[in-house]
Amino acid sequence: MFLCSHFILTQPVTFLVKHQQRCQEMEFAELIKTPRVDGVVLRRPFLPTVEGTLCLTGHHLILSSRQDNTEELWLLHANIDAIEKRFVGSLGTIIVKCKDLRVIQLDIPGMEECLNIASSIEVLSTLDSVSLMYPFFYRPMFQVIEDGWKSFLPEDAFKDLESMTEEWRLSDVNKDYSVCSSYPPLVAVPKDVDDDTLRKAAAFRHGGRFPVLSYYHKKNGMVMMRSGQPLTGTNGRRCKEDEKLINATLRAGKRGYIIDTRTVSVAQQAKARGGGFESEANYPQWRRIHKAIERSSILQESLIKLVEACNDQSHSMDRWLSKLEASNWQTHVKEILTTACLAAQCIDREGASVLVHGTEGTDSTLQVTSLAQIILDPACRTIQGFQALVEREWLQAGHPFQQRCSQSAYSNSKPRCEAPVFLLFLDCVWQILRQFPCSFQFSQHFLVLLFEHTYASQFGTFMGNSASERSKLNLSQKTVSLWSWVNRPQEVERLSNPLYEANCLVIWPSVAPQSLLLWEGVFLRWKRSSRCLDEAYDEMVHIIQYNNKELQNKVNNLRRQLAQLETEEPLLQTP
Amino acid sequence: MEHILTPKVEEVKLLDRYTAKKPAIGTLYLTATHLIFVETSCNTRKETWMLHHLIATVEKLPLTAMGCPLHISCKNFHVAHFVISSERDCQNVHQSLVRLSQPVEELYAFLYNPKQDEDERRNGWGFIDSAMDFKRMGLPNEFWEMTDLNKNYELCSTYHSELGIPKTASKGTVFGSAKFRSRGRIPTLSYYHKESNAAICRCSQPLSGLSARCVEDEEMLQAISRANPKSTFMYVVDTRPKLNAMANRAAGKGYENEDNYSNICFQFVGIENIHVMRNSLQKLLEVCAMKSPTMSDYLTGLENSGWLRHIKAVMDAGVFLAKAVAEDKASVLVHCSDGWDRTAQVCSLASILLDPFYRTIKGLMVLIEKEWISMGHKFTQRCGHVDGDPKEVSPVFTQFIECLWNLMEQYPCGFEYNEKYLLEIHNHVYSCQFGNFIGNCQREREEMRHLISFSLVYFFQTFEIVFNLIEYQLHYLFDRFWCGMYNHFDKGMQPKQSILDHLLTITQKKAEGEKKMTDLQILAVMDGVLADQGSPTGTPPEQTSLSPVSVSHTAENAKPLMNGAAVEEAEIELVPTAGSEKMEPVAIEN
Repeated sequence: MFLCSHFILTQPVTFLVKHQQRCQEMEFAELIKTPRVDGVVLRRPFLPTVEGTLCLTGHHLILSSRQDNTEELWLLHANIDAIEKRFVGSLGTIIVKCKDLRVIQLDIPGMEECLNIASSIEVLSTLDSVSLMYPFFYRPMFQVIEDGWKSFLPEDAFKDLESMTEEWRLSDVNKDYSVCSSYPPLVAVPKDVDDDTLRKAAAFRHGGRFPVLSYYHKKNGMVMMRSGQPLTGTNGRRCKEDEKLINATLRAGKRGYIIDTRTVSVAQQAKARGGGFESEANYPQWRRIHKAIERSSILQESLIKLVEACNDQSHSMDRWLSKLEASNWQTHVKEILTTACLAAQCIDREGASVLVHGTEGTDSTLQVTSLAQIILDPACRTIQGFQALVEREWLQAGHPFQQRCSQSAYSNSKPRCEAPVFLLFLDCVWQILRQFPCSFQFSQHFLVLLFEHTYASQFGTFMGNSASERSKLNLSQKTVSLWSWVNRPQEVERLSNPLYEANCLVIWPSVAPQSLLLWEGVFLRWKRSSRCLDEAYDEMVHIIQYNNKELQNKVNNLRRQLAQLETEEPLLQTP
Repeated sequence: MEHILTPKVEEVKLLDRYTAKKPAIGTLYLTATHLIFVETSCNTRKETWMLHHLIATVEKLPLTAMGCPLHISCKNFHVAHFVISSERDCQNVHQSLVRLSQPVEELYAFLYNPKQDEDERRNGWGFIDSAMDFKRMGLPNEFWEMTDLNKNYELCSTYHSELGIPKTASKGTVFGSAKFRSRGRIPTLSYYHKESNAAICRCSQPLSGLSARCVEDEEMLQAISRANPKSTFMYVVDTRPKLNAMANRAAGKGYENEDNYSNICFQFVGIENIHVMRNSLQKLLEVCAMKSPTMSDYLTGLENSGWLRHIKAVMDAGVFLAKAVAEDKASVLVHCSDGWDRTAQVCSLASILLDPFYRTIKGLMVLIEKEWISMGHKFTQRCGHVDGDPKEVSPVFTQFIECLWNLMEQYPCGFEYNEKYLLEIHNHVYSCQFGNFIGNCQREREEMRHLISFSLVYFFQTFEIVFNLIEYQLHYLFDRFWCGMYNHFDKGMQPKQSILDHLLTITQKKAEGEKKMTDLQILAVMDGVLADQGSPTGTPPEQTSLSPVSVSHTAENAKPLMNGAAVEEAEIELVPTAGSEKMEPVAIEN
């Protein structure tokens, strides 16, 4: 358990001190002016206050009561989004606001100590150097059964595809990341299209993101592709190779759909900056549909407003609703889900292939393609399958996690590229999960875990912005993968949904506003006690387990005994 | 039956309320009690049933190219939009429904009659008995007694015949107080909290006007206060907004003047009146009926309806009462204007917060009987059962049920009943079978029990310790729109798989499984009997511990029985049914 260091942990103090000494020897020593303060009081909503010793290490803020069997707080500096200082006499108070949206308060006796601690936290939580990040220092204290870095290789994913169709091939045109810096070395493309065509098509697409396979729908052989926007510009430039590439995915006489995640006007404006969209004239076999998923900077603003509304305790009911409305968060959720449903509908109901893109093809595009797969493909609703989906459609597909998740809702500094794109995706998955509580192998705990680890983690999985960056950082050698941690039996059990029954159908979520709720498990997680809900959950697990296991066992035992008796019976009756 | 002009219309279209999906085509049947639509266009037989009594409005809209539209909305928030090809048929159906949905008053079986109820009780129907409930609370005791001063309903025509009043209040005090209270609704006991000796009492507003006072009424309050010797004061809670209460003073009514009553702490809690609530619900329903609204439309509409704010106000008042009793250990007297709407809401909520009994299936029935029926909540008018004054209609009871739902959402293990029970009660209240359901008809109740059966998990949680928590959480909880109530009939909006149904199936399977196991055990034992006969190491004592049935079985008849069981067993699936089934739209709506 003590791996997830941003959870509350129980640890012997000796370990803590050793850990601290080790870290002090490292490059962080000069940043930590006061490594240790006694008599610090930790206050958190709904939890008892803890008084103890505060220790700062290179990567953690630790509070230990130095008593057996009491809680300790281990907080990754990377999880700290913002801090506030307050003084009353010589008693200082630091309010720590975390990226997982938790807010805690530390009362520190001594003004100097408090100031030192605060400035150290500020520096340590905003270190720019990637090489100083915790995953490089973290050593797993659990046995790695399966190396997560090798769990979801593109080659393996392609083997599944090969078993279904021969129309696609794996191309290594991007093996040195020269064609597209945000793509992985291996991508799936139509068999009839050669690498040269791919290179030319890449030159015509934003960021070199030429159309690649995202999903193959086994039921009818239709596909979903994704790309960056075409660089038509104001002159309406065209590219024969690009046209050839995407037309190669169409069956004879069939039409496909291009889903542009931007509104028509936004797409029009993009032309001025060299971007654009596929014109009807050049892509006559494709019908273009525009949707309205917002750009990332607007999403970040939305998150900040939402969290502000959730943390405001003074408002009356009506203001809460209007603040929720003003944050637009739920609107984004609805829009993203609607677009994903549209893509899924085109494929499953219309029997047409789909190409999805927005501007860069690294944000809203991935939200849509990954959610459509959740809807269409039952495999994505399993624990392993969902990891594979995140790996394939987010990590390999080049979602810039590091840029997007370096700040969360509390940060005071001006956002640069931060945006809760992935969090919105998780929120949408949660909405589907809520509507189909028996169709997912995982519970919302898994989604919350992923949310936490994208913002701060001891694992290297979400570091870097693309496959090429991750390979430069040599993460698979130097860090531990989150999947290594998740795919251990005890963790799988913790993340499992007790209600799960494999459901091989397409699941169509409702996107009516009444059907979409605020994800309390993330946004109100620290604002309320979940004791009663947890109790209910445990009880539910108990009911199911009793029924499925114990009772089944008892019945089976009896049956076996009976069967035995039955075979013995003739013998008994013969005399 | 003479109202039914056309019993059957074919080729009727049922439009989907939200999407532009193809309408369902089917046959419309008019029966004496129901309007039934049977869909013929799809292979599965899909039926939609609407009880005439539940129909709130029937509207015939102008003729369109498709045919003649008929818009029906029900009191349980079921809305249906039919298109009938022939205008004459439509006219007939409309006319029939208008008649059938508004029954003639004298034929009405609903009107609650306490005398009849007494008879029922004498017949040994003590299941729902508010007097029993007072006994359960420990009454009468040294401070409180049950009086029959109202046995002929002379004291107060809208009260129950047996009332709980403080022992020290004389007959003169009671009758004097009654003259000073609107409609004679004197302060009477609603809930007695054994642990703290504090009581929740309820009444109507005093006829204080601008300066009037009444010694007996003051004595009455004093008596209530003294019945809780440990506390030096009592709360008097006026559930109305202060402005409304002040306006009433001009009409010779009003609220208690703190100067005239000794040791009272007076408080307004600001729940709006029935008209505001009616309009608010109207707005809420408009939001529910919007065709493909944006998230913004929906949230703004929800906010502008004010509905959730009103729910919160009721809830807050309930929490205030419960805290006063459990934490301040002070008695509370609650009233609004007449003391049968808001007062009923907050008293019953406080009772639920304070007493786990009311979180049981039976307890809720008792509570509704005690706080609503026997204290004269005007169900007939509020629910619009008969064609009366539309201004008397108000969703007072609906709000109470919604508050309860909110509590259940927060404390899933705190209640013996579940959401279905609430919906069922709500449905029954509006379907005019309420009298049956609560007081008279055992069959109906059995059906209810069967339907709802039980809660899955139920601990007797004491809420007292978590009051603060409730208060804190209420704050956030009330962005919760009750989709299961207001969009209950729009199956597409509900979660496609229900955890509750799933667990109910499992528990049912568990019961079956356990039964099967008992059967198997019996068989095993019988086989054991067989084996015992053959084996020298038979243990007769074991046999005696068996049920007589199994002992009486002979080897001959045991065998086929066992085989039969074995076949049956193979069919039992302990694993619940696959989710795939639940994915399909629910075949029957009613």
